[in-house]
Amino acid sequence: MTGADLTSGRDLRAEAQAKGDLAPEHDGPRDTGMEQADLQRWLERTWRTPPGIIGALSSVDHKVIARRYLITAFVFLCLGGLNAVAMRVQLSGPQRGLIGPDLYNQLFTMHGVTMMFLFAVPIVQATGIYLVPLMVGTRNIAFPRLNAFSYWVYLSGGLFAWVSFALNMAPDVGWFAYVPLSGPEFAPGKRADVWAQMITYTEVSSLAVAVATIVTILKQRAPGMSLDKIPLYVWAMLVTSFVVVFAMPAVMITSTFLILDRLVGTHIFNPAEGGDALLFQHLFWFFGHPEVYIIFLPATGMVSSIIPAFARRPVFGHLGMVLSLIAVGFLSFGLWVHHMFATGLPKLGASFFTASSMMIAIPNGVQIFCWLATMWDGRPVIRAPMLFVFGFFFIFVIGGLTGVMLASVPLDLQVHDTYFVVAHFHYVLIGGSVFPLLGAAYFWFPKITGRMMSERLGRLHFWLAFIGFNAAFFPMHIVGLWGMPRRVYTYPAELGWGNINLFITAGAVVFFLSFVLFTFNLVHGALKGAAAGNNPWEAGTLEWATPSPPPSYNFARIPVVTNAEPLWAERDALPVATGLRVDARELLVSTVAEAHPDIREKSATPSIWPLFAAFAVGGTFLYSIFTPWAIVWGALPIAVTLIGWFWPKGDLEDEE
Amino acid sequence: MNERPVTDVSGLPTFGHGPRSPTWWGTLAFMALEGTGFALAAAAYLYLAVSWPEWPLSAPQPNHWPGTIVTLLLIASLVPNHILDRYAKQCAIVPVRIGLVVMSLLGLAPLLVRWFEFPALNVYWDTNAYGSMLWVLLGLHTTHLITDVGDTIVLTVLMFTRHGYSGRRFGDVGDNVFYWDFVVATWLPIYLLIYWVPRLG
Ligand code: HEM
Ligand SMILES: [Cu+2]
Repeated sequence: MTGADLTSGRDLRAEAQAKGDLAPEHDGPRDTGMEQADLQRWLERTWRTPPGIIGALSSVDHKVIARRYLITAFVFLCLGGLNAVAMRVQLSGPQRGLIGPDLYNQLFTMHGVTMMFLFAVPIVQATGIYLVPLMVGTRNIAFPRLNAFSYWVYLSGGLFAWVSFALNMAPDVGWFAYVPLSGPEFAPGKRADVWAQMITYTEVSSLAVAVATIVTILKQRAPGMSLDKIPLYVWAMLVTSFVVVFAMPAVMITSTFLILDRLVGTHIFNPAEGGDALLFQHLFWFFGHPEVYIIFLPATGMVSSIIPAFARRPVFGHLGMVLSLIAVGFLSFGLWVHHMFATGLPKLGASFFTASSMMIAIPNGVQIFCWLATMWDGRPVIRAPMLFVFGFFFIFVIGGLTGVMLASVPLDLQVHDTYFVVAHFHYVLIGGSVFPLLGAAYFWFPKITGRMMSERLGRLHFWLAFIGFNAAFFPMHIVGLWGMPRRVYTYPAELGWGNINLFITAGAVVFFLSFVLFTFNLVHGALKGAAAGNNPWEAGTLEWATPSPPPSYNFARIPVVTNAEPLWAERDALPVATGLRVDARELLVSTVAEAHPDIREKSATPSIWPLFAAFAVGGTFLYSIFTPWAIVWGALPIAVTLIGWFWPKGDLEDEE
Repeated sequence: MNERPVTDVSGLPTFGHGPRSPTWWGTLAFMALEGTGFALAAAAYLYLAVSWPEWPLSAPQPNHWPGTIVTLLLIASLVPNHILDRYAKQCAIVPVRIGLVVMSLLGLAPLLVRWFEFPALNVYWDTNAYGSMLWVLLGLHTTHLITDVGDTIVLTVLMFTRHGYSGRRFGDVGDNVFYWDFVVATWLPIYLLIYWVPRLG
């Protein structure tokens, strides 16, 4: 590749300067021909997060923000898990008096809300925030300040929900908060308002991350990383982010309509005045079904990273995998109606949606086939990450089978709202997402911390989790078929559900304990683990070309990519591009399809304003639970903080 | 890992307009998600409209004149908007400054008329679901209008400072033009929904 064919077409800067219209760009030292030690010193000074507490709060380094996201999401997982254990203790025998119906309603609502909105989606997005820029070979995520903002929004949204729980104001209407139960008539008080605003609020952060991820992947890929050389995990995050962009607005609309009905007396969901309660369900599931794939698609990307590393060969059928990812992304929108079979749809509609619900099994099947073929063809080394991948196969396949069962309308009508459904979606969610995530944690932990986790404890963790999970959730299918409804705080002894429920609870406790062990392994690994080196698994993608943990600037020089597994293709020396400035935060921007280098653009510097902006937005949402005027008054601080955010500071930092 | 320089990027420009720049793609993504929100709100309105045979539910028809004036103003604003875009691409500071002042004014004008649009709906948000949906649709678009005008004004002020004279800022002007097109484009279907769908029934 020569310099000439990399620059596309015109040189705008020269043209503009010839017209005399443009301030001369300041120029500075470049990395060309610089000694490695000097280069690293320069880059560190330019890209580091400033010291001190204000510096930390101003950070726009994608790795710093992703770490915060990951830890916060993990804390929410533990909180949601504690809720689950509390519910299971209450249900461990008939007519236990531990938890009354009011608290139980809050528990399962907070459990569902926390798991779906505060754990599952944020953690997959956070993993992307960490890995995507490294995997595509760039120095930072696109729109770094937006990225920082999204974390603060997420954190305050989560605190909002959990503080309201502590204040006995938590929502109690289920994670999908159907009207009329959540409407003004049946849910007085502020509980459902907390649900509505917290949802809107956390989706703001999810959307912001999706936009930043999409643009990073489309425009900041290393030279040469054309579409066919993008790692599968990055593809998965690209498709996921598109699904977020088109699905999340639906839940924001739903929650906004709900709060309007509750707060200012609109009648959108009120049939007495021309509204419609079913409209709520349509809007909600237009989001809710893709939501499952928002959680699941990134997990498949993780599996597609782990398997080739341990099978020592590229994934079989790369193109087929990419097409499957895209197909799943599309199909995920066609299926929301299967959540509404029990609402009495027209017959033809129901069969159409049954068919399309089953169709999604095809691309998922293709993916599974390609993974198996990869392992067949390679010589897989079984380490902790691979064990979790096997656990994923096993659990997810069962969840998929019960899903096909539920996609048939007669059965769905039979088991609707029983524990069969609870069992099914935990198989899908935990099998499809939590197990791959745990595998990913073992896989990328050395990259993030520079240290290894204990393999022995990892294996023990896997077996505890796998056995505990199945013991807890498999019998739920059975009690579901026996007729045990979900969302009940107790049941009479005559039904004979006591023993099996005790067994389920024991399994749940084992499953929960496996996370305690995992936490220990994480902390122990971070403090005392063996040094990892750059590439402990000898994997092939670009994140492993950086030191562990990666420096603030990610890459001393931007890699040039010639192969989908660059580190396997270039064993002795990584081809790199030179010519970027080292005294300013320059990024290489490339073309969308071919990833030809196109522009040297500056990336945003650290700023405290995203934090202030999140405060302003958060305060506005919080206050709006009490009065609609909050929106009017809140607009002012929001505008001020946004101006502070976007206002350029000087010439070098003149960016965002 | 060792490095092997294979390409030199020092000759690349430091900014680009339109699809060359990441910000343009970010703007496009925001349009996609906001557009989805608009489409879903419109779908909700139509869902209710076909669910109830007596739509618009015993409310008088809206007076379409303020809305029509807004529509005309918005369409007219597209012309200077695109002239501004041309000058931004040429990085010509003086015409860009003038164009931004014009666009700030052309953003404020429909907002003024919009003030009269709400009473002209002839129904309140809490009268019935039809009224609720009209206010929601109009409110949704007004929010976009306000934020974009605010954004334009801040950018205008910025272009009159020493920070304006930079390639990156001209790119921002181009993205502002792009977003205004979106605000105009989303209004047209909403205009039809609010003022002409009730007349069908
Ligand atoms: C320790 C592990 C877990 C246990 C023991 C557990 C247990 C339960 C139980 C017993 C219910 C039903 C409550 C009822 O209907 O009465 C439930 C509901 C639910 N769970 Fe889990 N769960 C666990 C992990 C998860 C995870 C990881 C997710 C998501 C990623 C999740 C998502 C949900 C959702 C969405 C609901 C429905 C809540 C509602 O009905 O509003 N759970 N869980
Ligand atoms: Cu579904």
